[in-house]
Amino acid sequence: MNIAAAVETLPLLAPEHIVTVRQKVRQRAVELGFSLVEQTKIVTAASELARNTILHGGGGRAIIDVVSNGSRRGLRLTFEDDGAGIANLELAMKDGYSTVGGLGLGLSGAKRLSNEFDLQSAPGKGTRVVIARWK
Amino acid sequence: MERIPILKMGRFLLVSIQVDMHDRLALQLQDDLTTRIAETGAQGVLIDISALEMVDSFIGRMLGNIAAMSSVLDARTVVVGMRPAVAITLVELGMSLPGVQTALDIEKGMELLAAVSG
Repeated sequence: MNIAAAVETLPLLAPEHIVTVRQKVRQRAVELGFSLVEQTKIVTAASELARNTILHGGGGRAIIDVVSNGSRRGLRLTFEDDGAGIANLELAMKDGYSTVGGLGLGLSGAKRLSNEFDLQSAPGKGTRVVIARWK
Repeated sequence: MERIPILKMGRFLLVSIQVDMHDRLALQLQDDLTTRIAETGAQGVLIDISALEMVDSFIGRMLGNIAAMSSVLDARTVVVGMRPAVAITLVELGMSLPGVQTALDIEKGMELLAAVSG
């Protein structure tokens, strides 16, 4: 994957920043010509992961960039924090598992809404989730 | 503080969400609605989400909570106007909004409320 456009980094420190990330992701998805359903999926996945970064990671950042693979273009979103990290990745990916009284759909749902999903985390090392959706 | 307006129309309360809701606003609406149901003795709540471009698990949970709380307070809740792209995404996310009554538009929602609240 080659980076084809400017990379944008947004802070994720307060719940209000989730809305900003959603709006920016929507804007980039529209620019890329994503269909309405594709836009909605990537924006919803971004919303879930942005909230995770704030609630679980104690804040961090979202990085939005446009990627290309041959003639295909896509949107890649990275969510990273320097928080406590995830001890059990398998459990964290399970539908319905939550440590904050949520529905436990954030990670698993975001994965279902994306074409590519990568989660890296370890206790004390923070968490990094990268998703991509291709047009 | 920013708030989503709640309108009273006869026996029902009407809410139309017209903003991209941040989490605190969603929680505020949940609180405000339950307070208003108790104050007014409303028998039904209609929530129009036709302007919402996405519903994530947080907003979905809020809708479920409102339905559950209003039910405990003897009022029915109907969510109307969900966009097709939002519905597709919500199901793929893993949420099917159990316990939340829905209708296609405000008119059908009002008919449903009138029917179920006698």
